[in-house]
Amino acid sequence: MLKRNILSAILAVTVFSFFLSSCTTVKEYQKNKINDSEMELSARKVEKGENSFQTYSEGASGANGGKVGGGCGCN
Amino acid sequence: MVVADVTDIKDLFKKFHLLEPSFMRKICLTVVGSFLLFINSFSQTTDSTSEYHSPILKLEEANLVSNYYSQTGNHSAITGGLGTQKVNDFSNIIELKYVRWGSLDRKITLDFDLGIDHHTAASSAYVSKSGASQTGGTRVYPSSNWQIENSAKRTTFGLGAALSFEYTYHSYSLNALYSKQSLDKNTEFSAKANLFLDAVKLVYPSELRPATTSVNTSASYGGSSSKPHIPSKLRSTFATSFTLSHVINKNMQVALIGDVVAQGGYLGLPFHRVYFTNKSVGVEKLPDTRFKLPLGVRFNYFAGDKVVFRTYYRYYADSWGISAHTASIETVVKITPFISVSPFYRYYTQTTSDYFAPKYGRPVTDQYFTSNYDYSAFNSSYEGINFRFTTAKGLFGIESLNMIELRYGHYGQTTGLVANNFSLNLRFK
Repeated sequence: MLKRNILSAILAVTVFSFFLSSCTTVKEYQKNKINDSEMELSARKVEKGENSFQTYSEGASGANGGKVGGGCGCN
Repeated sequence: MVVADVTDIKDLFKKFHLLEPSFMRKICLTVVGSFLLFINSFSQTTDSTSEYHSPILKLEEANLVSNYYSQTGNHSAITGGLGTQKVNDFSNIIELKYVRWGSLDRKITLDFDLGIDHHTAASSAYVSKSGASQTGGTRVYPSSNWQIENSAKRTTFGLGAALSFEYTYHSYSLNALYSKQSLDKNTEFSAKANLFLDAVKLVYPSELRPATTSVNTSASYGGSSSKPHIPSKLRSTFATSFTLSHVINKNMQVALIGDVVAQGGYLGLPFHRVYFTNKSVGVEKLPDTRFKLPLGVRFNYFAGDKVVFRTYYRYYADSWGISAHTASIETVVKITPFISVSPFYRYYTQTTSDYFAPKYGRPVTDQYFTSNYDYSAFNSSYEGINFRFTTAKGLFGIESLNMIELRYGHYGQTTGLVANNFSLNLRFK
């Protein structure tokens, strides 16, 4: 099961790398929308509470910048 | 000293009634009040017109994040998978971000965070079979992070440490971070490693406690005045997280996030009951290792001038047999450049763990067993709305308060668990 998942992860990274190579270069002065605070590629600070209760009440965690199992009584 | 006869911080708290709900409310209000006074004073000295990079450490940003969470359900693990799951939790987190500029124009950032949660869980009363155990608990979790950013090399290196204390659970953690940007700053790779060393206090259900263990605990104050000695078991977690982010064009960016997590030690909780097919009762028993592999993708798209789509997908699998999918979308509508409203929706589905069975569902001869519905097969949905107000002039007469964010969400699982969550973020700059 884990081996299959690792292979899936490697495949995803490969596809992602191919995807990146096909992108255009965006100059710094063209990034006014990219630099908008709503475009941040991370969870909002105000989401800390909900990330916490979801970690406590669901079996899955991680890959969202939050907890992955340590530091709390959750698994 | 007053504390001369006190060997445990919990005893000290108990002696002075520090865990009473009314006292906790006072603590929360005092912390919030002190924070606001502190912020108001520092804001007077901020010079926002200068681009000068100061070598002196200065408070750049502060955040107060408050959260109220309320939950009901009928599948508590403490009562073996059948029983109230009513929980209320109130948390406050204060984050302070200090910045100074070092030699060669390197940006050095210091973060100090302090979080305090106070919760009441109705099921905790049933750690004691009579239902007389204490239902409230408090968690305190400070942390600190240091980062140095080298703009010439486009690299960032960071180190951090964190602690977390609640009566039945102590945690110590260290982390390290490295990131590197591409020459055009459109692609960034970052790697983070986290090590958690945790201790779980062995508070068993009252009818299953070893005869030699006298118990008087947060999860179960039984009324005994004798000083308890409750042993602990260790749990360690090593987690690595890799993120590759990229600006696709002027309106789109994407990030691929992969975590690899290994856990070892005591991974169950000692007060979770399991009722076997022969009607006998025991305590949850889970393997002493667990590997997790979550893989996530974030994709944000700025459509036109006023709408932003924030999307997220995660696939998760672990060595206990759980696989899960998470998908969410948040549509940010900018009513003005300073006010945005964002409805959001999240869907989650997971398969059952190899070790889960409901009450009376598993023979006593099995090697591992749990009736914790977190490990059952279920779907959940979470929907709500987010409001954000930003201003450069300050809000409510506080010059430095430049952002308020309010968020409400309603959560429902197919197990019957229902929850509501309210959050507030005040940002001072």
